[in-house]
Amino acid sequence: MTALAAPPTTPEKGDPPQAPPSARRIGRGGAGRTMKGGWLSYLILGFALLISAFPFYWTIVTASRSNADMAKVPPSLLPGPNLIKNFEQVLEEADIGKALLNSLIVSGSITIGTVLCCTLAGFAFAKLKFKGRNALLTLTIGTMMIPPQLGVIPLFMLIAELQWVNQLQAVILPGLVSAFGVFFMRQYLVQSLPDELIEAARVDGASTARIFWSIVIPIARPGMAVLGMLTFMTAWNDFFWPIIALSSQEPTVQVALRQLGGGYVNDQSVIMAGTLLGTLPVLLVFGLLGRQIVGGIMQGAVKG
Amino acid sequence: MSLTATAKAGPRSPAGTGPGPDDGRGAALRRTWRKASPYAYIAPFFTLFLAFGLFPLLYTAFVSLYRVELQTSGEMEWRGIANYTALFTDEYFWTSLRNTFTIGVLSTVPQLAMALGLAHLLNYKLRGRTFIRTAILLPYATSVAAATLVFAQLFGKDFGLINYVIGLVGFDPVDWQTGTVASQIAVSTIVIWRWTGYNALIYLAGMQSIPHELYEAAEMDGASRWRQFLHVTLPGLRPTIVFTVIISTIGATQLFGEPLLFEGSISGGISHQYQTLGLYMYEQGWGFFHLGRAAAIAWVMFVLIVVLVGVNALIARRRARKEAGR
Repeated sequence: MTALAAPPTTPEKGDPPQAPPSARRIGRGGAGRTMKGGWLSYLILGFALLISAFPFYWTIVTASRSNADMAKVPPSLLPGPNLIKNFEQVLEEADIGKALLNSLIVSGSITIGTVLCCTLAGFAFAKLKFKGRNALLTLTIGTMMIPPQLGVIPLFMLIAELQWVNQLQAVILPGLVSAFGVFFMRQYLVQSLPDELIEAARVDGASTARIFWSIVIPIARPGMAVLGMLTFMTAWNDFFWPIIALSSQEPTVQVALRQLGGGYVNDQSVIMAGTLLGTLPVLLVFGLLGRQIVGGIMQGAVKG
Repeated sequence: MSLTATAKAGPRSPAGTGPGPDDGRGAALRRTWRKASPYAYIAPFFTLFLAFGLFPLLYTAFVSLYRVELQTSGEMEWRGIANYTALFTDEYFWTSLRNTFTIGVLSTVPQLAMALGLAHLLNYKLRGRTFIRTAILLPYATSVAAATLVFAQLFGKDFGLINYVIGLVGFDPVDWQTGTVASQIAVSTIVIWRWTGYNALIYLAGMQSIPHELYEAAEMDGASRWRQFLHVTLPGLRPTIVFTVIISTIGATQLFGEPLLFEGSISGGISHQYQTLGLYMYEQGWGFFHLGRAAAIAWVMFVLIVVLVGVNALIARRRARKEAGR
């Protein structure tokens, strides 16, 4: 639901198709490109990394100790022996297991649905001619900046009317709306899908549907992958709408964490164990695909 | 081209069911379909967009003029501007408006300044470049809920690590929950932690798209590194900076998860000392069941965002023009 997945850039109307967005080529410019970083740069960056990573380490430390350890002065800075015990307790008390499964269902469906819808629409906006194209694209881009949070009240009334409160589709369907995704796929296809390819296929008598399957999808695949990763992360971490639409009966991970933090469980180390469990899947995805995610975010920032 | 070959070998258009391409009726049909078919590609997105995106946004203004209760959200009773007058006479509305602003400044300014510095360093030729970039983005991958729960721990009054360190240096422990300034700093810290790396990467991307020749020219003119940063990097980065300022402003205006989970209370602390507009809206709607009132707040937030973004854009344009006029 968040429009902040990655930054869009101001679209230049009728910008000519440019070279395929190879991130490496972009890396040519820049001040320090040829300048080596000195020890001071490493020192400062090392410090920044330390701050980035410390809360994760601290989660592990606190999740592996007992509640009594938390009140010790000086605090213990190393992991303790209680990790498994705390995991078991949080799985039992806060139903984190169900929350993890629900989050997987929700984020998975949102990712697949969003990538599909956005690739279809992005292709139409990039390469097909139809009446009202510019107006519709402007409308889409114009709403990209408006936080969806501002529409939650009518949205809630809508799903209450449909009797969807506390059901996963209440989070999945609104989650599929990604104006950013449409814009992202459009930019991607404008840049990497040559018009000549489509013309040639048309001359050969291929229908648009055929062109979409055999030409557009293979070319769009890297862009779809980036959009998919960003969407999955955003969906997994989405907070505002799920805590409104769902409850502890049918929680996503974020809803469960909210319950944990809301004084429902009093044991600090159990709360931290739940936090750790809820964060692990995203960290795993990030560990495997972090490089691509970084590339996706930086690519989205460069003028299309 | 091999792709063309595949397309040729493949089956014909499913729409062109006529006997051949020269058949008049088939061709006409195909032409109509070709005109209409683009809409089929945007239909899935726009159906969802209208139902779950655009409609709720617009309908918010409408709902804000009615009395709507959470439990009976199907019944609406006309109230005119009463929701708004009730809002503007509620002192907690003004408190949360002020808090949103101060937390916004406290979180955005250091965040973007640090991001700019980090981006400058990341732009050097570094060993383990990919690793550093990925690691710096790690907080962005963490959910608001998880990050806030950990930081709430760290900011604990009696047993928090931060107060322990403060004690080691020889100062008195800070009450990060009750104090207005202290609690707002704590909440802002969470925002800063999550978003600095992300913004640094955005700036880095912007820096890398500045043409190298500009630096070479500056160097030939004998400009120092610092002057190069001021006169080449910063102007080249201006659109990116405007973009991040706008995005951060929007994010700050609707800040919600951090103040909610910092202590787990929907009032944003015992005396509303760090309640933001987003949290105030949630409290009215889902704490006190006044959906109409909550819609009025949402609408105020929307206007606020439009005004703030407008002001940002205006300043940026004016500066750009000044720059060009020089």
